[in-house]
Order: sequence, then C-alpha cells, then structure tokens
Amino acid sequence: MTRRVLPGFGLSLGYTVVYLGLIVLLPLSALAVKAAGIGFDGLWSILATPRIVAALKLSFGAAALSAVINAVVGLLVAWVLVRYEFPGKRLFDALVDLPFALPTAVAGIALTALYAPNGWLGQWLVPLGIKVAFSPLGVLVAMIFVGFPYVVRTVQPVLEALDRDVEEAAESLGATRLQTFVRVLFPLMLPALLTGVALALARAVGEYGSVIFISGNLPMQSEILPLVIVQKLEQYKYADAAAVGVIMLAISFGLLLAINMLQRWSRRWAER
Amino acid sequence: MAAMTKPLNLLLAALWSLSAPAFAADVTILNVSYDPTRELYKDVATAFAAKHRTETGDQVTVNASHGGSGKQARAVIDGLEADVVTLALAYDIDAIARTGLVGADWQKRLPNNAAPYTSTIVFLVRKGNPKGIKDWPDLIKPGVQVITPNPKTSGGARWNYLAAWGYALRQPGGNATKAREFVAALYKNVPVLDTGARGSTTTFVQRGIGDVLLAWENEALLSQRELGKDQFEIVVPSISILAEPPVAVVDKVVDKRKTRATAEAYLNFLYTPQAQELAAKHFYRPRLAEVAAKYDSQFAKVTTFTIDEVFGGWKKAQAEHFDDNGVFDQLGTANN
Repeated sequence: MTRRVLPGFGLSLGYTVVYLGLIVLLPLSALAVKAAGIGFDGLWSILATPRIVAALKLSFGAAALSAVINAVVGLLVAWVLVRYEFPGKRLFDALVDLPFALPTAVAGIALTALYAPNGWLGQWLVPLGIKVAFSPLGVLVAMIFVGFPYVVRTVQPVLEALDRDVEEAAESLGATRLQTFVRVLFPLMLPALLTGVALALARAVGEYGSVIFISGNLPMQSEILPLVIVQKLEQYKYADAAAVGVIMLAISFGLLLAINMLQRWSRRWAER
Repeated sequence: MAAMTKPLNLLLAALWSLSAPAFAADVTILNVSYDPTRELYKDVATAFAAKHRTETGDQVTVNASHGGSGKQARAVIDGLEADVVTLALAYDIDAIARTGLVGADWQKRLPNNAAPYTSTIVFLVRKGNPKGIKDWPDLIKPGVQVITPNPKTSGGARWNYLAAWGYALRQPGGNATKAREFVAALYKNVPVLDTGARGSTTTFVQRGIGDVLLAWENEALLSQRELGKDQFEIVVPSISILAEPPVAVVDKVVDKRKTRATAEAYLNFLYTPQAQELAAKHFYRPRLAEVAAKYDSQFAKVTTFTIDEVFGGWKKAQAEHFDDNGVFDQLGTANN
C-alpha cells in the first residue's frame, strides 16, 4: 500500500464531499427549491420578456467581451512580468491583485467618478463622443476591471515554469520568433489561459456592485441580470428572482463546461 | 488572605452587576429603518432613552439598522428580529404583514396612518436655476435632464414617480392617458437610474449630471445645508405628493422577546412634541400642529395629495405601476 499524505482516503473524501455540499451545493439547491414552484413554462415566460432578454444579452455579451479583452491584455502583462526586469516590477506585480481586494462598490464609484462627464477621463472622452459612464461601455469597463487579475495570475506560473530550452531548441531548428510563439509557447500556455478566461468570465457575469454604479441602469439599454434579480426581490417575488438566478447559473455552467472541454482538448493537443 | 478576598469580592460584584438588570429592567430594542433616517433615529434613541429612564427607571437601548427600505423589509421577513420597523413606504410593511409577523391592521393602530412625520417631493436645481425650472411641466421640456432613482429598486423613487403622475392627473382635463404620457416624457429625460436615492443625489451633486434632481424634501434640505445655498436651490412644485413613511411594532418579535411595552412606548414617543421637534430638525414635516407652526418658515407651502386619494393605496399603486409588466416597465420598453 502506498502511503498518502492526508490521513485515510475515506476521511479526506468524506470531508471534501461534506464541505462542498454545505458550502456550494446547499445554497445552490436552496435557489433551485425557491425557483421550483415556477415550472418550466413559468421559467420561459420570465425569460421571454424583452427586458430580461436585453439584460441577458448585456450581462453575457459584455462578460464574454471583457473576458476576451482580459485574455489578450492579461497574457501580455503576465509575459512582461515574467520575462522582463525593470524597476518597480514588484510593485506592478502587487498592483495586479488590487481588483481582488477592493470592495466592488468602491471600484464602481471610483470608475464612475473617473469617467463621469466631469471626471478626470470623462471630461476629455465625452466631448469626443465616447460615453463610458452610464452606458453599456461602462458595464464593459467595470467587468474588465474586476476580471483582470484572473488571467494574469493563472498564466504567470505556467510561463515561469516554462523551460527556456524549448524556445532555444525551436530557434536552433530554424523557427522564427513568431513561429516559436505560435507553435511552441502558445499551445503550452493555452490551458492556463483558458482557465483564466473562464474565471474572468464567471466573475464578470455575476458582478453587481461595481456595475450598478457606472451603468446608469436604464431598462433595455444598460440593465444587467443581477439588477433584474434585485428588482424582482423588491417586489417580494422570491420565486421569480430565484428563477432568473437559475437561468444565469444554467448558462454560466454551460459556458464553463464548454471552456473546460476546450481546455482538456488543448492540453491533449499540447502534449501530442 | 487579604489578597484572596479582593478578587473574590470583585467576582461577586461582577456577578451582582450581571444579575442586577433583572430587577431594574434593562431592555434593548431594534429599530429596522431605511437609509436617510440614520441621523434622525440616532437623536430619537437618545431622547427616548432619557425620557424612559426618568419615567420608568428602565434602561433602554434602541439599536438601529439602516438600508434600502425593501431590503430591510426582506431582512425582517427572513428573520432579522426587529422590534419596530420604520420604513419608507407602507407597501414594505404590508409585505411583512403578509407573513403574519405584523398584524394586518397595523396602519390603523397609530394616528395619521401610522406615519408620525411626513415629507414631500421637491426639485433640487443648480444655483441660479439655469434651465428656469418652476414646476412639473418644465421637467419634460427637451434638453432638460432629470435625475431620479429607479422605482423598481428604490422605495423613495416610487414616491417621485407617483408625485409626477398625480400632478398630471390633477391638471385641468387630466386623465390616466395624459398622466401616462407625462410620466413617459419625464422618464425619457432621465439619463441615469441609480438604484437608490442617495446614489441619485451623488450623481446630481458630485458627478454634475442633470439639471434637476427629484428628491424628498428632507434630503433636498439636507443636501442644501451640507453643500451650501450658493450651489443648489430648492424649487417647490405647485402640487406634490404627501410622502408618509410609516412605522409599526413587529408583533411576533415583541411577543417573543417580551418587549412590547417598550416598543409601543417608543413608537408613541415619535408623536410627542419632543420627537416631533427632532423630526423637524432633520427636515421631516411634523404632524403635530404646534410644532409644525414653530417650523413653518422651514417648509414651503405646497398643495399635497395622498397615495390613498389618488392611487387607492400602495397595494394598488404597486401592482399597477411598479410590478413586472406594470406601467413603468411599459414606459421603459416604449423608450426604444
């Protein structure tokens, strides 16, 4: 028998299952129970109202776009932090985590102050016709902000662990730098990158605090799904609110599952 | 030996002081309220505790919890042990009453619809009133930006909406269709719908967005006092709504905690001259004629209508205007 680090497989697994059940599954099943009374037809009739469709499109559309933008920018930042030495590097490295630590409402208020027509950036952008605060663009900006650290922090350790010999080997075999990056490095980074994108996406979909301050919350234009849930609660429609929550969960779960499969496929492809 | 008795005496003294409140009642009650009443109820708690101690010898502590009115009501429904609730609208206490925590007749138990003080909806405009806003019709002019919170998420904002509707209805030839057109035009001029009243005030005051803020009179007067008359002016419309923030004892909780006497004394205290003065100091309109007369100069003359007169009560108003697919939702959809 091999010796395990954790005491007894039975105990460890039992603990894991109980903990996951209490912390994750129980609240989620409470949500499902609240929504259960509404039935499939009820669920559909809630989903099919134009306001919810608009909010659905905005929440998932902006979240997806913010995840893609964070993938590109986050990869770049991770690369710079791993591969280059420059003064103040430690400070920059620490800055990356700030969106994690900041209460999202504070982030929302700060971003709004910045982009409002009389704000530091807003006073220059608004005359150019670029309206960030109180528009769907503001939603995107807030989502990019809260999702940013995820990509950097998942890609960074993979880049650090990457052996330079791989690159040198590629180079000695006559590959250009672009070829080395696209055919050698990128496939190795892709699984981590996809994890980061999935995390950033999930965070952006559920984001409430920062978005409501900057979005302006206009029906059909800049209302996000979590705000729709709050509106249902204001009418004491618990089941309806839970139903919207369940819809969000279902879509998010589908998306995360797809990203997961993509990730497995890319890992196999990289190992080939 | 002496060294031993000292700690022992201390211990006995500590035990005695712990048991003492059992004789001279030491009561703590919780008031679950909405956001802008924070300062008012802090003062009321102090005054009530002092009065109660001289009258009954009881030591009363009134704790207060503040938040959005609807959110607070949901917390009470979900089990937050509030002895009394003091919320922004009767609809929220009605929701608590539907669960049986509060008796259905709560609004009849205290004078004046169980609302010890009132307010109304006024306009806050920038210094000099550059857009020349005098009354409701000025708010639907093209190019005028109106700031008000989202009635779907803010109880206070529902009063704003109903004030505008009631104004349009009470004009010569006013009817439901005209009121709807008026309110639709007004919300077309709203560039930002914050989730709460203080958020809207920030948008208007700090971000410099909009030409006019629809606000509770007490909030408008407070903003003006905090920020100076050289920046903002208050415009009182010809007619507005009588905002009646109601109060109620939470029956199930006070019976369980045996705090009914204190909780009822606390709410009755709100109707005394002393508490009415405090309300006036925090810019709420007192109900008591003698106190109202004293603070007459602070509040502008305005014709008001109540929600019962014009809308047939909160329940009806909520169902018709603010529930899903209600009039407000239809306006929001029609905008695009």
